[in-house]
Amino acid sequence: MPERTLVGQNYTTPDLVAKVTGKAKYAEDYRAEGMLFCKLLLSPMPHARVRRIDSSKALAMKGVVGVLTADDFPPVKPDQSGLKPEQALTNEPVYQGEPILAVAAVDEVTAADAIELIELDLEPLPFAVDPIESLRPEGANARLEGNAYVDRKVATLKWTAEDFREVAAGRLPFGKGADEWKVGDVDAGFKQADVVIDETVVIQSTGHQPLETRTAMAYWQNGKLYLHGSTQSVARTVASVAGWVGVEPSKVVIVSEYTGGGFGSKIPGAHSMAIPALLSKKTGRPVMMRISREEEHFIGRARAGMQARARLGMRKDGRITALDLYIVMDNGPYSAQGDARSSGSIASLAYQPMTMRFRSVAVLTNTPPRTSQRSPGGMQVNAILEPIITKAARKLGLDQVAVRHINAPAGKAPYGPPGQNGKQRYVTSAFVKEALDRGVELFGWDARKGRSGQRRGSKARGIGVAVSPYVGGSIGFDAIMTIRPDGRLYFQSGIGNLGTHSTIDVHRVAAELLGMPWEKCEVIWGDTSKHVPWSCSSAGSQTVHAMTRAAHAGAMDAKRKLQELAAHDLGGKPDDYDVSNERVHRKGNASGGLTFAQAAKRAIELGGKYDGHELPKDINPMTKTSATALAGLGLMGVAKDNYPRDGDTHSYVVGFAEVEVDVETGAYQILDYTAVADCGTVLHPHSLAGQIHGGSVLGMGHAIGQRWTYDQHYGRPLAKRFHHTKPPTILDVPVAMKWDAVNIPDPETPVGARGIGEPPVGAGYGAVLNALVDALGDDAFRRTPVTPDVIVAALDAGKWTHEALTAHV
Amino acid sequence: MAVIRDVMPAFELFQPANVEEALSLLNRYKSDAWVMAGGLDSFDWLKDRIKRPKVVVDLVGVKELEGVRASGDGLEIGAMTTLTDLVRHPLVREKFGMLLEAAEAAASPQIRNQGTIGGNVSQDTRCWYYRDGWECYRAGGNICYADTPTAMNREHAIFDADRCVAVNPSDTAPALIALDAKMVIRSTSGEQIVDAEHYFIGPGIDITRMTVLKPGDLLVAIRIPGTWAGSQFYFEKVRDRKVWDFPLVNVASVMKTSGGTIQDLRLALNGVAAHPVRLRAVEAAVRGKPRNEQTAEMAGLMAIEGAKPLRHNGYKLPLVRNLVKRAIRGVEGSWTS
Repeated sequence: MPERTLVGQNYTTPDLVAKVTGKAKYAEDYRAEGMLFCKLLLSPMPHARVRRIDSSKALAMKGVVGVLTADDFPPVKPDQSGLKPEQALTNEPVYQGEPILAVAAVDEVTAADAIELIELDLEPLPFAVDPIESLRPEGANARLEGNAYVDRKVATLKWTAEDFREVAAGRLPFGKGADEWKVGDVDAGFKQADVVIDETVVIQSTGHQPLETRTAMAYWQNGKLYLHGSTQSVARTVASVAGWVGVEPSKVVIVSEYTGGGFGSKIPGAHSMAIPALLSKKTGRPVMMRISREEEHFIGRARAGMQARARLGMRKDGRITALDLYIVMDNGPYSAQGDARSSGSIASLAYQPMTMRFRSVAVLTNTPPRTSQRSPGGMQVNAILEPIITKAARKLGLDQVAVRHINAPAGKAPYGPPGQNGKQRYVTSAFVKEALDRGVELFGWDARKGRSGQRRGSKARGIGVAVSPYVGGSIGFDAIMTIRPDGRLYFQSGIGNLGTHSTIDVHRVAAELLGMPWEKCEVIWGDTSKHVPWSCSSAGSQTVHAMTRAAHAGAMDAKRKLQELAAHDLGGKPDDYDVSNERVHRKGNASGGLTFAQAAKRAIELGGKYDGHELPKDINPMTKTSATALAGLGLMGVAKDNYPRDGDTHSYVVGFAEVEVDVETGAYQILDYTAVADCGTVLHPHSLAGQIHGGSVLGMGHAIGQRWTYDQHYGRPLAKRFHHTKPPTILDVPVAMKWDAVNIPDPETPVGARGIGEPPVGAGYGAVLNALVDALGDDAFRRTPVTPDVIVAALDAGKWTHEALTAHV
Repeated sequence: MAVIRDVMPAFELFQPANVEEALSLLNRYKSDAWVMAGGLDSFDWLKDRIKRPKVVVDLVGVKELEGVRASGDGLEIGAMTTLTDLVRHPLVREKFGMLLEAAEAAASPQIRNQGTIGGNVSQDTRCWYYRDGWECYRAGGNICYADTPTAMNREHAIFDADRCVAVNPSDTAPALIALDAKMVIRSTSGEQIVDAEHYFIGPGIDITRMTVLKPGDLLVAIRIPGTWAGSQFYFEKVRDRKVWDFPLVNVASVMKTSGGTIQDLRLALNGVAAHPVRLRAVEAAVRGKPRNEQTAEMAGLMAIEGAKPLRHNGYKLPLVRNLVKRAIRGVEGSWTS
């Protein structure tokens, strides 16, 4: 273990000044000679077939240069599910707002005016926007091929009239067609329980809505596509864009130095990037596609909402003896989403139920395409289960924290469905109990308990705690770094720069191992023509784990080469040498040997493996291409992460909240929030704080108001802009939120650090919902978001009054 | 014609320098002209290409319409005074603190820096069917999409619906009605003064308009008489978010008491009908009554008499009942930590 000179220290990332001064260039800030602008024609119907498009009047307009339709895209075939993969333009729109056509013109107003001159003849097709309605015996299918994923294929799935008597009674029926897994004997588990709670709940779908929309600009040069876009991975977007556009990956250059948020909606890149790319190819001119907020609502991806029923049994000591969870997931119109599957796994990890049955159905709807949104499935299941666990604890007279403690995962905790061998998978490590203990102290839980559920006048107080795990890291990626004759260390970074700092942070691990002062390090990022290595997508909270491992491997390779080079030039064995003080030197003589600058020069002279002319066999082809281009610049550290790992990496956040609800108006304020993370070794405290608080606020937003709305009869969305979809503002969250991390290294990764992007979301969400239960009692709500109307109506009626199963309210 | 949103089309723009020029333009172009104050309501319509005026008359250069002035023992507020300037004005703070609260509850700081008092009271409804270009009654069609069995109408009307169930979203309107403000309207044919209460109209009078303003008319000022200066005020707005949100319901009241008895009051609500609602019956019933819980309860119950909830807005009944109750007796209890 080296001395921690950089890991765990705060510093200013090199991209920050540009960001805060407005000098940072996002996709929309680029201009190219002769650049055109394009605008999109969106489907006015939730499901239709294009019979005819007449663009002649649009094309005749002065300033209009070209029109692009689905017919200009590379042909695609249905995949194993039976559905054709989504393309950026379509002749069968499957949600209102899906792009059908794009017009390129000399300016945006001309392009928009031209759109109005397009004659579009659409044949309306059946549609469904609420999964439950589509499962009715007479319900419409969202797709011509069917309405649900059954055994991974799109098929028609209808429940019985008997099932729908349950729906009428406000309960989700356990209808047929679900994927199912079981651990232990659930019935026996319920028999051991002293209290059983059975609730049907609805969790809303929400758009990702990053502040930077998926604007993109493209041009072609010498047969190569140059695309300026917004993405969660620079390295990984090359292949996806190449696929959408129909060219070889070697013909694609992605430039994305700054990404204004992604939350999972830009993994990797966006289908719509193909529009300016293909329009540019067709017109022979650069094309800028600026995406408006309303367009982002449609094409910007969304989280899968859920209609769920959970039965939970608890023993009087608080241990969860049985969990029977059934989820209907709103899959949107395209490929099968993994949210529900993750919900099952995360539920089993977070609460370690002694027995569990999990069932889920993915139902297709004519609503915007879904994809992973920060803690996909994890966040939703936090919202489904946390209030139920709290209610069970209340019935047994148990403290919320005590119940989380007794059920908390620890060590190599098992989770998820049993594998072929009948055994569950397990995690690398979990220190949730330690996080709960720290949170109780930091939040002052015990002191606040006196206010739990208390009223003064019209103001009721409540406190809540929630446990939120999520996946926290992958393995097997590459690093490239070079020590050059100028004595500096250069890192190539293929990581997307979406605001988490990990683009830069992970390389500090390597600088520390090599003893290189950070001031002498340069990180090269944001452009695939600058020779970046194979990297993970910044998704699934992988980056800090995956890319610190890669950085570690790359640094160890560079160190070994320095030692070998010194032995070659100065005699002795490689192991006689050490690196420190910007030198490679004999152990115990830090001022001798070669400076890094000298070593870099010698590496170039010696060539071969030293300067990148010979490369490891196991690195990814992208890394190989990049390393080859950089060969001869200095001493190269280049390696794949081959470190062992026993278990699946997850991180955990526990959140604590206090709310004050006005029982006469239903309005409430989150007074305080504290979160404690178990994410292994802390890499960069400031950015960790940003992730913990930012993720928690996303969860709070889902608790208090973020949503979308559909008129089911017309299949059209009504909430499309920020003042309708209501993401939280700075005034909706506590002024000063506290945080801490247990800072215990994960034993299964050399640096000890795990990812943290996702776990805070469910912690913020669950803690606020639990605080509301604490303040309002067990019967105030069965859906999220919990808005003032829901509360005031429930308090007036003495029980929850909202519709039990309707989606998109 | 295919539809595209969020790209402003070209139009002819006039930026008059004084009221006379503005009125002359409005008279010349009549219903082809669009009056623009801060632009918060206008730009939505224009960018979405739903309202397509030939001519936009932008009042930003009409400096004589800006500012707050003492007028007798009351105030005169120029229609182009921004909500921020209104909130910061010492006379408003000193005499009519409730108007400050109402104006500060509107939108967000950024929007209040740009939005004007004239625009806030004259803005169109925010019904999301109508604003999204659905061909409803208010848009000249023959259906109300917000009043069907599948309609999403959590934000919509519980009172005075007449075909259309949209609501007036203004936060300052009920405060101005409670304060008995007078709206000063000019056209090339002269000036008229209208009580704030009568400035707003429902669909029964004209389903396409929210106010009495007709083509050629310009709201130039709002006068607040001294009658209620320094009296007991109550304003409350309930919304989903703490900022940048229209009211689910808001309430404004002014009251004079003597020895625990309510001598006089004026009470208005918004977010419940196509126009702000003055609760005259409640006012009459509580005048002369002791200001206590019992009177407040009675006022709350009276306030919802005749309310007709839709599928998703039944909560507005207990909400209105409680808000009116609070307007009479105040908010009970609070926490200090």
